[in-house]
Amino acid sequence: MAHTTLLVFEVTILVLAIFLGFEVISKVPTLLHTPLMSGTNAIHGIVLVGAMIVLGQPDKSAFTWIVGFAAVVLASANVVGGFVVTDRMLEMFKKRDPPKDT
Amino acid sequence: MSTNTSNLLYLVTIVTFILALRYLSNPAHARRGNQIGAAGMLLAIVVTWIKVGTTSWWAIAIAILIGGGFGAVAARKVLMTAMPQMVALFNGVGGGAAALIALAELHRILPAPGAPKADISIAIVFSALIGSISFAGSMIAFAKLQELIGGRPITYPAQQFGNAIVIIVAVAAGVTLVGGVQDEWLLWLLIGTAAPFGILFVLPIGGADMPVVISLLNAFTGLAVAAGGFELENNVLIVAGMLVGASGTLLTLMMARAMNRSVANVLFGAFGQLQTTAGAATAAANGTVRPTTTDDVAVMLAYAHKVVVVPGYGMAVAQAQHDVRALADLLEARGVEVTYAIHPVAGRMPGHMNVLLAEANVPYPALKEMDEANSEFPRTDVSLVIGANDVVNPDARNNQGSPIYGMPILNVDESKAVVVLKRSMNPGFAGVDNPLFAEPNTLMLFGDAKESVAKLTAAVKAL
Repeated sequence: MAHTTLLVFEVTILVLAIFLGFEVISKVPTLLHTPLMSGTNAIHGIVLVGAMIVLGQPDKSAFTWIVGFAAVVLASANVVGGFVVTDRMLEMFKKRDPPKDT
Repeated sequence: MSTNTSNLLYLVTIVTFILALRYLSNPAHARRGNQIGAAGMLLAIVVTWIKVGTTSWWAIAIAILIGGGFGAVAARKVLMTAMPQMVALFNGVGGGAAALIALAELHRILPAPGAPKADISIAIVFSALIGSISFAGSMIAFAKLQELIGGRPITYPAQQFGNAIVIIVAVAAGVTLVGGVQDEWLLWLLIGTAAPFGILFVLPIGGADMPVVISLLNAFTGLAVAAGGFELENNVLIVAGMLVGASGTLLTLMMARAMNRSVANVLFGAFGQLQTTAGAATAAANGTVRPTTTDDVAVMLAYAHKVVVVPGYGMAVAQAQHDVRALADLLEARGVEVTYAIHPVAGRMPGHMNVLLAEANVPYPALKEMDEANSEFPRTDVSLVIGANDVVNPDARNNQGSPIYGMPILNVDESKAVVVLKRSMNPGFAGVDNPLFAEPNTLMLFGDAKESVAKLTAAVKAL
């Protein structure tokens, strides 16, 4: 694909994603705003894919090596931490308590 | 794996992310959504790994183990009360990763003649700028919330001017780079000024405004990641990053609206300066407050029909949520109706109080949003304000000189009696006086929130 064609395509999905983001979020109740933030936090951990691509380049310089490695470390902390924290939060939201063993 | 195959698999990941956000519309299946999103993320990671092939696969594995291991341990160990700073931390590292990718990409492209293309260099500059600000800003937010540095606004002379210079240098470096000057040092200069700007711009923001800041930084990282998608021509980064950017922006606006202030006012606002002009009405400081005892409050609560608990950041600090829940259980067993009134900006991140009370097993239907709670106060016997201050300050309605004037509040003063649990008469995080404490129907119960609530529980039990 020619570069400009690709760019136009990318801008198209970018703009659609903006509207999709607004649309999806406006349905989230304030009750869940913390998990929402934490969940979107985990989603931007997708930057890990980019970091892996950088570190996975063939014939890279020592500079790229170091920067890529650091990027993968940071991004994977974002991914794992983000999803685990969100899961811990959401686990707690219950309608009624489970029967107590007291 | 061909690019087409990987792009289709990335599309599956995008769908799982959208589902994850959609499932968040209801607490009953929100957790399932998060798990679907995590599965989608795993798919994207595996696809990328296969794509990259044998090049440095072991380096990638080691880096993921280090970062992921840290993330998993930190996320498991953290207390629910420390959640805001944990979210800030994970947000910051994501922004940092985006900035590093920009750096590596420029380094890779630059040697080629005529490179990079304008759109690529714009994306590189943008993600380096926003990513660095998000990284540094989040670290300061983390430090503030962790109380490594003071939560109060930190100001210094000519702050706005100094900040402006720093960001102008960063932007100028970026514009020069986009303009065709191919020098890697410009990007270093950009990052070297954008990161200090991130620090400078979060430092003066007070703890009470943290929900807006954290939400904004979250949006920033999302935008930086989307720009990274343009650099690497990768759709999943563009869509996922932009989803976060859009949602974070919307959430930021909602938070600011809940405080009746513009986002700009929160970020660059003169919160510190305004309050000095509003110092006239210090009724509360004049000693007209009425202190009370746990026994008196216990009787009030036990014989009430309806009690509304109004939690604030003080409850989080004292980690009193479990004791609050125990007290509520006891009251409910006596036939008292107990609900919780949650202000949208109570605490240090959006929805902070909901998470804490959920941790203490409070059923979520008992958590009332502001509008619903306000309609209930006139028929409430006792409002129990636990560590909340600014969100119940009647000055927001009545005193035009107050820095929080115009902010929608929980009208606890409409209930028959108000009991405020407070450590001392110090003003809240915003440093604003609260005339609620001097109202005739207000009683003050001084002491640590956790201890006071535990004593109340014991006293109610003894009745």
